[in-house]
Amino acid sequence: MRDANLAGESLSTGPAEAPDTIRVLVAKLGLDGHDRGAKVVARILRDAGMEVVYTGLYKTPKDVVQAAIQEDVDVIGVSLLSGSHVPLFRELGRCLREEGAGHILVVAGGVIPEQDYPALLEGGVDAIVPQEARSDLIVTTITDLVTARGRI
Amino acid sequence: MSDAHLFSASAIDAIRQSQAEWEEGALAAFLKTRPEEKDVYETESGIPLKRIYTAADVADIPAEELGFPGAYPFTRGVYPTMYRGRPWTIRQVAGFGNPEATNQRYKYMIQTGQTGLSTDFDLPTLLGLDSDDPMAFGEVGRVGVAIDTMDDIDRLFDGIDLEKISVSLTINPSAWVVYAMFVAVAEQRGCDLAKLTGTLQADPLKEYVAQKEWIYPVRPAVRLLRDLIMYSARATPKINPVSLSGYHLSDVGGNALQEIAFTMAFTIAYCEEVTKAGMDIDDFAPRLSFFFISHQDFFEQICKFRAARRVYAKIVAERFKARKPESMRLRVHVQTAAMSLTKVEHHNNLMRTAIQALGAVLGGCQSMHTNGLDEAFAIPTEEAMKLAIRTQQIIREEINVTSVIDPLGGSYFIERLTRDMETEIWKMLDEVEERGGAVKLVEEGWFQQKLADSAYATFKKIDSGEKISVGVNRFADEASSTAEVHIHPYDEQCTQLQIDRLQAVRANRDDARIRTLLAELAEEARSDDTNLLPKTIELVKARATLGEICGALRGVWGAYAEPMIV
Repeated sequence: MRDANLAGESLSTGPAEAPDTIRVLVAKLGLDGHDRGAKVVARILRDAGMEVVYTGLYKTPKDVVQAAIQEDVDVIGVSLLSGSHVPLFRELGRCLREEGAGHILVVAGGVIPEQDYPALLEGGVDAIVPQEARSDLIVTTITDLVTARGRI
Repeated sequence: MSDAHLFSASAIDAIRQSQAEWEEGALAAFLKTRPEEKDVYETESGIPLKRIYTAADVADIPAEELGFPGAYPFTRGVYPTMYRGRPWTIRQVAGFGNPEATNQRYKYMIQTGQTGLSTDFDLPTLLGLDSDDPMAFGEVGRVGVAIDTMDDIDRLFDGIDLEKISVSLTINPSAWVVYAMFVAVAEQRGCDLAKLTGTLQADPLKEYVAQKEWIYPVRPAVRLLRDLIMYSARATPKINPVSLSGYHLSDVGGNALQEIAFTMAFTIAYCEEVTKAGMDIDDFAPRLSFFFISHQDFFEQICKFRAARRVYAKIVAERFKARKPESMRLRVHVQTAAMSLTKVEHHNNLMRTAIQALGAVLGGCQSMHTNGLDEAFAIPTEEAMKLAIRTQQIIREEINVTSVIDPLGGSYFIERLTRDMETEIWKMLDEVEERGGAVKLVEEGWFQQKLADSAYATFKKIDSGEKISVGVNRFADEASSTAEVHIHPYDEQCTQLQIDRLQAVRANRDDARIRTLLAELAEEARSDDTNLLPKTIELVKARATLGEICGALRGVWGAYAEPMIV
């Protein structure tokens, strides 16, 4: 597991050098401090053999897109419990397109009412993981998305 | 310590002997025909549970460890008459949108029978940012009410008599500024400051390890709390300047033992900070208040409250040499466990909350928030809050659980578990001490790692089905859907209104004076020995904004860099 702000050795226990290892940026957006879920998900993905980088708190959509490009990840997984998901994911999607990084997949999790799913999917979110999800659903959501897109 | 025990040695021997006979005889025979469902029975935090408890299990506990309500060590409650004299305060937290929107909700809840107010602030306010700050994008008025200047505090409590109803303010890194605004508004209304009652959360150490709202590095944040405690003790003697919050430690993954032990470690750190600055423990400890969760493991939670009271009383009496009994009593606000709520079949949340609320009452709480059944979706609707208030009223008025103080006291099981929890809490406190104390360990990320590990372990238990969530990983109904739930709407206009008001305030004040005052505040912050409250109160009266005041000290102290713990 690495801090996105630091260059350095990966602490991931996954097979980091294998070319087919999925790389995920686990991110927090905006001012939401609830990081329990993000950290648990980071560990689940690592245990599933993925290479995981965690952004830490209080990141703007722009910060997250830059970290994702720099770390060359396949997927950005964002956990949000602040209720601000619609504007923040819309902005994240806009930043990704602006930076020509539309190939990076976006997975949303946290407290997200189903009423807001259409708005998120329109704004560039590729999948939404419900808060009761078990680890296999979290892992297969990501692997299925990456498989469907193909490796880049 | 005397060694007065509750039972004679010969009586205990007799019990042990007859228990052995029962185990070898009737029990052994029964187990052969019907084995128990699990091999291991334990509490949520891992304390082993026996099949049955007898007097032999409590024979080592001196009678004085229980004592009497309102007397040291307060195991049985903090007041001599408990709910016979005054029921707990029904204190539902609310906050959203502009101050007027929250004010309306307050008036609705007072009319429904709520007896104290409690405010949630939006994230920009909590983090010391004005509503027009770029980082506030999308967040204004979202999870709480937006506050930028003292006029917003005035709007928030419009038509509410601050001398009559107690006001709890769930505010942390920017707490000293919101306190200054509250005092300034009370003065403007001609209130007697000595009559103001209420509570600020203002517990910085738990922010760095749990709720994760911060502005400055750890030590300046603790200094700000010190200033707040010392100023409030003199200016507003009936306000609790801090609510030491175990709730969030639990919310982020901590078990019941960690909740209490870590909270007590932070309590010790704050008491050291204030006594070091020259204030006597008895001049501020009576106004320390606490905030714990009431979670799912029913008996463990009840024992947790009892053990916490005992540990706190001993810390304040023995370590800090307090003399006043008021300094030693742990008064606690309780909230039921948001983490236990599910989106799936969300009506089940009513039952979960009612049971947790009953646990808090049997544990002797002083005030309570019961969660709305829709809080797994968004902030609660008015209807959900009404049901939550009704839950407390039913417990208070219909089921006769308030007539007898500490009704579970003396149960062999309850006393044993209370004692076991206390012992484990002391062990954790010893470890914190050996490793250099709470402030250092927060800086190093030690608590953060413990809590992240505990959260992951809990998730694994849910994932494997060992920890059951009804309707989710047991008795799941594939046909349930959550899409039709009515949730609290967000007011899209509220950001613009806050921004317009900020601009109007900035256009109509003496900017030169504010610049001078901000520079003076920054200068005071450079040394450790000036209390920052008087200057802050001057600033808010001159209509400096929350963001400007917090920003001025960011220039002095810098921002906090989070240790990357996963």
